[in-house]
Amino acid sequence: MIQTATIDAGPGHTESPGLWVLAWRRFRHDSVGLVSLYVAAFFLALMAASAAGLIASDWGKEVGVSHAPPGFMGPGTTVTPTQRAAMSSASPEVSRGKERDDSGIVDPLADVLVQIRAKAPPGSVDTDVADPLADVLAEIRGQSGSAAAAEARAPTLIFGGDKWGRDVLKKTIKGTETSMSVGLAAAALAALLGTVFGALAGYYGRWVDDVFNWFYSVFTSIPYLLLILSIAAVLNQKGTMTVILILGLTGWTGIFRLIRAEYMKHKVREYVQAADAIGASNTRRMFVHILPNVSHVVLVQLSLHVVLFIKSEVVLSFLGFGVGVDTVSWGSMLNEAQSELLLGNWWQLAAATIAMAMLVTAFGLLTDALRDALDPKLK
Amino acid sequence: MIPMRSDDILVAIHGLRVSFRVDRTTMFEAVKGIGFDIPVNSTVALVGESGSGKSVTALAILGLLPKENSTIGPGSRILYRDRNLLELSQGEMRKLRGCDISMIFQEPMSSLNPVFTVGFQITEVLTEHAGLTNRQARARAVELLREVGIPEPEAKIDAYPFQLSGGQQQRVMIAMAIACEPKLLIADEPTTALDVTIQKQILDLIADLQKRRRMSVLFITHDLAVVGEIADHVIVMRDGEIREQGPVHQIFEAPRDGYTQALLLCRPQLARRPKRLPVIDDFLNRAPAAAQDAPERSRGLRGDEQIVLEARHIGKSFWSREGLFGQREFKAVQDVSFKLAMGKTLGLVGESGSGKTTVGLTLMRLHDASSGEVLFDGKDLLSMSPREAMQYKRRIQIIFQNPYSSLNPRFTVGQILMEPMQIHRLGSGEQEHRDMAYAMLEKVGLPGASFFKYPHEFSGGQRQRIAIARCLTMKPDVLICDESVSALDVSVQAQVLNLLQDLQDELGMSYIFISHDLAVVKYMADQVMVMNEGKIVEIANSDEIYLRPQHPYTKKLLSSIPRGWRGPGGNGDRL
Repeated sequence: MIQTATIDAGPGHTESPGLWVLAWRRFRHDSVGLVSLYVAAFFLALMAASAAGLIASDWGKEVGVSHAPPGFMGPGTTVTPTQRAAMSSASPEVSRGKERDDSGIVDPLADVLVQIRAKAPPGSVDTDVADPLADVLAEIRGQSGSAAAAEARAPTLIFGGDKWGRDVLKKTIKGTETSMSVGLAAAALAALLGTVFGALAGYYGRWVDDVFNWFYSVFTSIPYLLLILSIAAVLNQKGTMTVILILGLTGWTGIFRLIRAEYMKHKVREYVQAADAIGASNTRRMFVHILPNVSHVVLVQLSLHVVLFIKSEVVLSFLGFGVGVDTVSWGSMLNEAQSELLLGNWWQLAAATIAMAMLVTAFGLLTDALRDALDPKLK
Repeated sequence: MIPMRSDDILVAIHGLRVSFRVDRTTMFEAVKGIGFDIPVNSTVALVGESGSGKSVTALAILGLLPKENSTIGPGSRILYRDRNLLELSQGEMRKLRGCDISMIFQEPMSSLNPVFTVGFQITEVLTEHAGLTNRQARARAVELLREVGIPEPEAKIDAYPFQLSGGQQQRVMIAMAIACEPKLLIADEPTTALDVTIQKQILDLIADLQKRRRMSVLFITHDLAVVGEIADHVIVMRDGEIREQGPVHQIFEAPRDGYTQALLLCRPQLARRPKRLPVIDDFLNRAPAAAQDAPERSRGLRGDEQIVLEARHIGKSFWSREGLFGQREFKAVQDVSFKLAMGKTLGLVGESGSGKTTVGLTLMRLHDASSGEVLFDGKDLLSMSPREAMQYKRRIQIIFQNPYSSLNPRFTVGQILMEPMQIHRLGSGEQEHRDMAYAMLEKVGLPGASFFKYPHEFSGGQRQRIAIARCLTMKPDVLICDESVSALDVSVQAQVLNLLQDLQDELGMSYIFISHDLAVVKYMADQVMVMNEGKIVEIANSDEIYLRPQHPYTKKLLSSIPRGWRGPGGNGDRL
């Protein structure tokens, strides 16, 4: 390696490749790494576009029929539009979400109900008592786009619809934005904490190291989920920011240990002693001299933790401690899919799972490729 | 080589070519079609500097080259008793290795497994290859340990490697290597990591074993002086080619090749001290005559020189924990006092563990001293606060041993050179720093284009020049050279020593030259201080100390230096 570099660097060169450039050159020959980089970049682009409101900004709009099947499967076999029309005219509640009663239990009062309804004049719901809020209600409906409600809903959507007829594809894109931003931001926070703590503990040693190690031991002695739930309880509000804080504040421990070990190894290296000899301050030695030499560890840990935190966010949202109801993430999609799956509606589950699996696998392989490319053999 | 009957030859190598894959497209040919014979019952030395392909040749004989990135060229043959080793199967090769052919490595500390006793590691070889039972193997292991000169072998057989000294560990390695009575012992720099006094013992041991067991030894080294003491035949390699081979007396008395001549004369010698050491180019350009007759430099202090730095009773202790509350003191340096004269060099000599590096680091305030004071400009450096010390820090600088680790690999050379000036606010602004850095590069003999390059693009000698240039940017008064040339090849060593000497002549700096290499210290130093176990045993002018050593330890050190070829009489007892 050293030999080629010396040979390559002919006399005409003014700028020459640094270690990052050499790492990139090695990385370029790793086809698996490159493909996973493209996949990760694609997801990042999706996230950026979604965050900027270019795509999937209308994910909350109820565009399809409830549980609209994916386009490639054709319209639902059990519920055709004509049946739906007949059913909705027969029983108005059905269109509110319980159209198919697969339970097989026969309502003994169904006939009576139909009779009562038939007697009732159109307009009033099911009693003779006039609704005092009817006008207000009508007004509200008009504002919130009664036109859209009236508009015929699509029987199928590209990748199906959820319970409320929202497009699963758009939900997935929006969910990508939430899950990835949580993963990236939380990993960045954890890496920052872990690196700073690890640098201080490893570099100074002695009591500084002891303090940080006690802190670390306390953190790791509490069962992980319990810790997460207790922090969630303390912060006491749902939302993306909360999830980022929870994951970032609990996830720094592994990075801390690694960076601490790296700093302990590097602080006795001769180049650091040489920096001391020329009068570089502690801070300068820590962050200008040593940090670039351990940055590959941070980078690999960062991408490893992105994967970990995306999965954690899914678990948290699945358990109901995750993002709020007004946002969608892969975790909340999986949570919804739980009940849908009983009805045989697999597409929301599939969409969230495929998206997550692709990103997580790509990031995992990317991490491997990064590790190989950054491995500082040149030292 | 002298023609011999085929049954006198143990190993014959013909047209050996080995290439390594550097990256996808480039191959690097490490060995370029070499051929030589290893006769039965003799010692063949393979001499060369780093990158000459000597170790690769040894690994090829053993079949230990890494399969994934190395290829042996077509037409290469390594004949061992008429079998081509390159065509043997893995299994056959394994049977041969450790049994007929065995090897000892450079670093005994890392070649022994630290979690097993030495007895276990030796008996493993015996049960594996010789098919002995455990009881027999243990008895044999004790015998072997006695043969390689380990005291109390019955007790030491149950010792762990860390309980033995470096020299004893190397003896254990040799015991393992000769356990199955090999026909060929390959020794790859077996004494490079050891102190001179130990080196001599190990060399004697290998020579003795060779004679007693009538085996062949392939001795790989970079040090011609060692070769002169042990070898029958010498092969000089450079860049994967054989430059010269022949019987030892021919190589030492009438070297034909310029490179061999350079190797013999580039190293500082105890007897002579030319003003400038000859470097390899002098010989390759065919001007050896000038180098031979260079004027001598006289060294030493007259006693009226101005003193730039004075150390008084420096002590440094390290504490290790023992038991629950106990602490044990290890005195690395005790009561060291000396004066450094302006523009002169103080040599600091000692074996590993003698505390010589600790003295250097203490002077630099790189760790805290336990006692004593260092007077510089009339002020005590050791008792200053860090802030006060900053202005003095610039004026005492250090060049470390290993140029591969003392430069930050993520900085360009320009950044490395400009950083000290930025920290100490020397000069005014970026442009002046840049000009200064270029000037320093020129001063240490590197092209200006180096400014934008990274350390990994340079060879060891060039890196050491960068480290020197970094120190020079601060215009220090005192330069501490901590084994600064020990990791460099002989030819490069001469260049760096010449550079250091030129700089001293030009800038009038004082050097503290720390080294285990007595010849180098003799060449560089005006005054020599010998240290042993943290104490000064002797301090005197350098000619004085080499001619008339007073202390028995100094005498022992001096008598251990390999003297090279001393004529048939000098080596006759073994030939």
